[in-house]
Amino acid sequence: MKFGIVTFPGSNCDYDVYHAIVDEFGEEATYLWHKDHDLAGVDVVVLPGGFSYGDYLRAGAIARFSPIMTEVIAHAGRGGPVLAVCNGFQIACEAGLLPGALLRNESLRFQSHFVHLRVENAETMFTGRYEPGAVLRFPIAHGEGRFTAAEDVLDRLEGEGEVVFRYVNSAGEVDPAANPNGSMRGIAGIVNGGGNVLGLMPHPERAVDPLLGSADGRGVFESLLARVAA
Amino acid sequence: MKRFRIGVHVVPRRGILDPQGQAVAEALHTLGFGDVETVHVGRHIVVDVAAPKREAAEDSVRDMCRKLLANPVTEDFEIAKVEAL
Repeated sequence: MKFGIVTFPGSNCDYDVYHAIVDEFGEEATYLWHKDHDLAGVDVVVLPGGFSYGDYLRAGAIARFSPIMTEVIAHAGRGGPVLAVCNGFQIACEAGLLPGALLRNESLRFQSHFVHLRVENAETMFTGRYEPGAVLRFPIAHGEGRFTAAEDVLDRLEGEGEVVFRYVNSAGEVDPAANPNGSMRGIAGIVNGGGNVLGLMPHPERAVDPLLGSADGRGVFESLLARVAA
Repeated sequence: MKRFRIGVHVVPRRGILDPQGQAVAEALHTLGFGDVETVHVGRHIVVDVAAPKREAAEDSVRDMCRKLLANPVTEDFEIAKVEAL
């Protein structure tokens, strides 16, 4: 399976994603430059973390208009998988691939530490290898991660199973103290209605080896490999 | 074509948690400005634009706000100032 990792000016997790895909899973990956106009035949597009365009205006707001994004939006429209992590999640929201927006952390501090997540939907192409309700340990590193949407949008996300990951405490319980950024309803990751675009603030690609502090992120890639290869 | 300088205010939508505004409000209270009720921190963006007339320039800037300058999910905008250049 071939992954395409989009590199915007200011992306800084593109190499981490490459490492996870190529070194950990032995799959093929290629970098897609933000000025490119085609996806080089990739099966899965990854929008990686970082500070694209210096987070000017709003995080992700300018990257969303990069030439490559026209192709990424078309790929998503065809049902192609898109994994949008951290700044990638911000870009996906700005691009309208996912609802809502990621605002400044409630604490006003950049948060860089491990968090616990609960798998709220284990039937997506990104989470099929997890047990429903599994509690995972992923790192986060962001200043603008407070997921915000209108109440009716939140209700729809919950009702349709589009909330995929939620911040919880180590016991797997929803706990405001375990919500690192003030996200509404503790939402850490969502999928679109088609189930083929996942956006999440925590970094699965930085949790693929016990040496990194956690291997819990492997499931995201294993799920994709199992589903997309099938 | 005439030229216009248009200033736009982009502010967090009322009702959406604005921790930055709250932090500034608390600092103002600490400074003795006890009358401060709420503060919202936004952006002021200045665009110089060529247009046949003022209305067209304003319409163009509103379109820019809807597409890029403001996030329709979380922010409101208003044209604060228009100058003919």
